[in-house]
Amino acid sequence: MAVKYDLNEREVWDGNFAASQALRQAQVDVVVAYPITPSTPIVENYGSYVANGYIDGEFVMVESEHAAMSGCIGASASGGRVSTATSSQGFALMAEVLYQASGMRLPIVLNVVNRALASPLNVRGDHADMYLGRDSGWIQMGAFNAQEAYDLALCAFKIAENHDVRLPVMVHQDGFITSHTAQNVYPLTDEAAYNFVGDIVPVDDMLDFSRPVTYGAQTEEDWHFEHKAKQHKALMDSRPIIDEVYAEFEKLTGRKYNRVESYDMEDAEVVIVGLGTTVETARVAAKELREEKGIKAGVVAIRCFRPFPFDQVRDALEGAKAVAVTDRSSPGGAMGAFYNEVAAALYTTESRPLVTNFIYGLGGRDFSIEEAKRIFIEQKAHADAGHITTDIQQFSGLRGPHLGYFQTKRG
Amino acid sequence: MAITSIKNLKEFSTNNDRFEGAHTLCPGCAHSMIVRELMNCTDDNLVISANTGCLEVSTAVYPFTSWDTSWIHIGFENAATAVTGSEVMHKVRKKKGTLKDNDAPVKFVAFGGDGSTFDIGFQWLSGAMERGHDFTYICLDNENYANTGGQRSSATPIGATTSTAQAGTHSYGKKEKKKDIVSIMAAHGSPYVAQLSPNKWKMMAKGFQKALETEGPCFINTVSPCCTEWKFDPKDTIAITDLATDSLIFPMYEIIDGHELNILYRPKNILKVEDYLGAQGRYKHLFKPEYKHIIEKIQSDIDADWARLQRREEARV
Repeated sequence: MAVKYDLNEREVWDGNFAASQALRQAQVDVVVAYPITPSTPIVENYGSYVANGYIDGEFVMVESEHAAMSGCIGASASGGRVSTATSSQGFALMAEVLYQASGMRLPIVLNVVNRALASPLNVRGDHADMYLGRDSGWIQMGAFNAQEAYDLALCAFKIAENHDVRLPVMVHQDGFITSHTAQNVYPLTDEAAYNFVGDIVPVDDMLDFSRPVTYGAQTEEDWHFEHKAKQHKALMDSRPIIDEVYAEFEKLTGRKYNRVESYDMEDAEVVIVGLGTTVETARVAAKELREEKGIKAGVVAIRCFRPFPFDQVRDALEGAKAVAVTDRSSPGGAMGAFYNEVAAALYTTESRPLVTNFIYGLGGRDFSIEEAKRIFIEQKAHADAGHITTDIQQFSGLRGPHLGYFQTKRG
Repeated sequence: MAITSIKNLKEFSTNNDRFEGAHTLCPGCAHSMIVRELMNCTDDNLVISANTGCLEVSTAVYPFTSWDTSWIHIGFENAATAVTGSEVMHKVRKKKGTLKDNDAPVKFVAFGGDGSTFDIGFQWLSGAMERGHDFTYICLDNENYANTGGQRSSATPIGATTSTAQAGTHSYGKKEKKKDIVSIMAAHGSPYVAQLSPNKWKMMAKGFQKALETEGPCFINTVSPCCTEWKFDPKDTIAITDLATDSLIFPMYEIIDGHELNILYRPKNILKVEDYLGAQGRYKHLFKPEYKHIIEKIQSDIDADWARLQRREEARV
């Protein structure tokens, strides 16, 4: 039996500590990990909980992130609860095995502390690693602060291990801004948290020898397509289950999560669509602009990046006049990937709002309230003119000359 | 551990089998003989992992499987990590009492070809050995990337021709010596490493059993002649291994706890390496007069290695 851990009703935790507490309360059986900044404390803390008897589990420090996820796969296929954490280059090194984990339908929970991808080497937060995972077949959820990093990690186990889902889940938080900033966090009691997550009920357990299983078979053109289609369907079908888990969590805590979060959107004409901590900055800017200039500004945030809430994001934005989609990842010779997804959703509306793309905050460049306000004010100009008055894609917060691409043919 | 004792080859060919005969390995491939021997030498439950390679692509093509036990394949490099992930989970669940049968003994075994063992999976293997998991890693060493059509690996011996180290008018094939994987694994402090060959099948079964019985990470390199890439008649697989063990190009020995070396087989009549090389198409070019010195070098390397093994056996250090 695990040793009791004393918790206060209100704790002051950073995002990493919050995530590791969720791992402790879920009594994760095995963590296979490799350290990388800024996610290291999540697995370090798990290791210390094992070392001090707070968890009846095993902590395995391996020789690379690729091995970390490989070990998680072997452990998860053996029927227990499995989690790990990584960032950036470690995420990139894991990439091969992320696809294997989802293809084998293993309910692993990966805490991703978002960080830029080299080169140049950078330890600060942007979303390049999160974007790298977007076709990997994992559910991806985003936390915008430490409380959410804790809450969503608990939800992640319940979603992943649901027998109608059986998919691995990533919980993202922004490097340093969330992971290393201490904030108030209201944890559940150990008992309430564990009861919420529940016992894992294994499917195709490698340690059940009465029913041998083969994991990681080969399929060529005869079956591969059907398997991948089934995996896509599983992701799509996970949407109502994610909603159910969020609803159950709300009943328990009063904290309500949605796959798409809308702030001040009832009458909003100009909108910033964002991911991660950017959302909180944009919310403050929107509120201030409403008071200062009477601009009807709102914010739409994607909580669940995969499966992508195509219909919900469209419905949330349908009434807007001008929408700025913000990408915190180097687009590498294209429009931002997130922009493309939101724009595609908006193309299916009657109103087709004006949609621009901002590349911002790469390598941890600060995204300020002032910058968010500038973006809102630009959207107001587009809305008033009835067409996009700037380049469609712009780099925001960049030093040196303006960088932007493509102009509208409307107006 | 429940040990199965196999008295003779007839019994071996007919006993209870967790590795099904239906697979798509080449006729004459030694892989299936080695795998069957491992799986028949114990009655314990087995979790098996495999690196990508001939064994994997020939035994688990959906919707079929040749494995009547728990089996996992992830990628080319990580079978050691996959099976040790399972070993760790077994430990936790046994402690918590959440296994279906909490008392049944389980053994964890990883298979890899020489490409995945000596090259691409080397780091994963080394990491798993260092961490001290209770598992056995078996390398099916056919000295090339046979699954992808015969490219050189760091297990390919000097003088062999492969598609990426070709013999030609200006080349005698691979220029470098084979990596000494057994010594490297022994240097990890492994409690049991060995090099074995399927022609001495009883010795092989004994070695496998020793590895399974030994707590901790064990490593066994097995010679697995590849009729397709070594270029010999599929019926001659075992005859080729006879030439390999009796010319001492593939000596059979074990190292216990990293230092106690025991030679397992001393041929009564040590054959010249020409007999082994001449039986395979991959060495055919070496018999041209201009490459006589390569054959001489291979022979002198074998002589030196054999002397070294004997000295180490005596010294026990």
